[in-house]
Amino acid sequence: MRKSLLGNAALVILGLFLALLPLTGYQEGIVVLLCINCVAAMGVSLLTGFTGIFTLGHAAYMALGAYTAAIMTARWGVHWLPSIVAGGVVAVAVAWLIGMPTLRLTGDYYAIASIGLGEAIRLILENWQSFTRGARGFPGIASYASRGVAAALFTVLGIAMFNLIGSRLGRELKASRDDPAAASLMGFNTTASRMKALLISAFYCGISGALLAGYMTFIQPSMFDMMKSTELTAVVVFGGLGSMSGTLLGAAIITLAMELFRNASGIVPYIPSFISPKWTGVLVDFLTNLSQYRMLLYGLLLVGVMVLLPEGMQGLWSFARKIFSWFFPDTGRPDPEKEGLR
Amino acid sequence: MTLTRVLLELDRVDMFFGGVQAIRDMSFTIMEGELAGIIGPNGAGKTTVFNVVSGVYSPTAGSIWFREQDITPLKAYQVNRLGIARTFQNLRLFSRSSALENVMTAAQNRYRYSFRENLRGFLSPSYRPDPDYHYSFIEALSHMGRWAAREKHIRAKSMEFLERVGLANRARQAAGTLPYGMQRRLEIARALALDPKLLLLDEPAAGMNPEEVSALNGLITGIHRDFKLTTLVIEHHMDMIMEICPHIICMNFGAKIAEGTPDQIRSDPEVLSAYLGDEGAEA
Repeated sequence: MRKSLLGNAALVILGLFLALLPLTGYQEGIVVLLCINCVAAMGVSLLTGFTGIFTLGHAAYMALGAYTAAIMTARWGVHWLPSIVAGGVVAVAVAWLIGMPTLRLTGDYYAIASIGLGEAIRLILENWQSFTRGARGFPGIASYASRGVAAALFTVLGIAMFNLIGSRLGRELKASRDDPAAASLMGFNTTASRMKALLISAFYCGISGALLAGYMTFIQPSMFDMMKSTELTAVVVFGGLGSMSGTLLGAAIITLAMELFRNASGIVPYIPSFISPKWTGVLVDFLTNLSQYRMLLYGLLLVGVMVLLPEGMQGLWSFARKIFSWFFPDTGRPDPEKEGLR
Repeated sequence: MTLTRVLLELDRVDMFFGGVQAIRDMSFTIMEGELAGIIGPNGAGKTTVFNVVSGVYSPTAGSIWFREQDITPLKAYQVNRLGIARTFQNLRLFSRSSALENVMTAAQNRYRYSFRENLRGFLSPSYRPDPDYHYSFIEALSHMGRWAAREKHIRAKSMEFLERVGLANRARQAAGTLPYGMQRRLEIARALALDPKLLLLDEPAAGMNPEEVSALNGLITGIHRDFKLTTLVIEHHMDMIMEICPHIICMNFGAKIAEGTPDQIRSDPEVLSAYLGDEGAEA
């Protein structure tokens, strides 16, 4: 219980840090994007990492949240806060409708179904032109997702998520992930457990999408395609299945790395002067063209981490310990893996 | 202990898997407070009996009654909520979670969120939610209010069960890394934490050495005595069942071939032929 209080305090400090750190406008944008991606990743992590349901369609719930908030603020003139919450609620409602028939599917079967569902929602948004303006996109959304708003929502939702997985519901979800048969023989309706996880994850993705709409001020259905869905799941696997802090770390690393690759030319003024002009030229060339190869680097990053750290970023500790033991063999400390103390 | 009320009754249960008949015309009665055993050679259909009783399979024919209620059509989780807990022949622990967490997952089964209980109380006025066992969802999200007291209670209760099976000092260890005999005892603790009225133990001695088996016998009889818990044990080691169970059902090829006290079973010609072959019956 004390542990959860400490965790909550750490998240509050992280949130304050993100909200109050003096930054330039561009850096502030990155922080907002970071919060948005972390909220969505937490949702997918609950479903994929803690309940064992792989999804390749969760960008659709982000799209629902984004369009709900966009239409409510820009067209109906509703205040942004209820609009963001409504974005989450609409995503939950649609997730419930979708979950009713499909959550009897488990494992890989649900993953395949979720591709179809995600694409279907995107296509509906694209073709319902009278309501969503279709593929032309939805412009003129008020820029309500300021750094403070994004950081505050990230903090509140982060605390709620960590508290949830650290209590009754978390144990229930992990039980139905690890052994559905045993869980149902312990009185858990595992279909209902999976539904709870799906609804909560849809809520997080809906909120995240609503924030994204207020950050970009322009949204279009193609922003929420399968590429985005796979990215969400990739971030969660990258961070480590079944570890919420790993998910946050993974989402942060991927978001920052992508921004770095996109704007690598920003580093050019910082190239130290002792490098010869010839090499400086090569370096400048490389950095200015880096953005073209950013998807390639993103792929390399994912492959590299999965090869070196099959458990994702949560395996970073044991990996660091292994490297440490190469240089300083037998440090006399017990290996928790071997002693089974973990 | 007085055996007064029927707790579990199987009435002419058949179970087919395609063309294979796993259980044939199975009927028996377990009284409240009994410690009963089912024996039989490998493949006799013992585990299928447990699977049918606990709701994993629904029987092809016949009916199952628990505390005067027909549980034949119920799903596994509904059967469990009525008070039937079981362990598994091939261990089914949540191996990545700690031993304590495994038991806590079971010990939390009576807790509910308030809105659900209030809704249920509103819909059916006869339903009285137990205020000691619920707290609001907001409290769960914020870890404030009643949450801490409830969580502490779940934890304390779980530790008691771990102590009962002698695993208190391993509470924080991942269940999958425990030695085999301890995993078996952890499964028993987890089943006890569900607060059942009937405990089904599926081959609890599988893979244990003689010393471990005798310690397990002590544990099972101790639990039966202390919790006044009706217990049904499956084993194919005859000696163990003979030692602890006053009421034994013997199965072969999916059917009951004998029922009675250990002495009756020991001298039953059909049991002898099932275990030793036809020559055994003649000898």
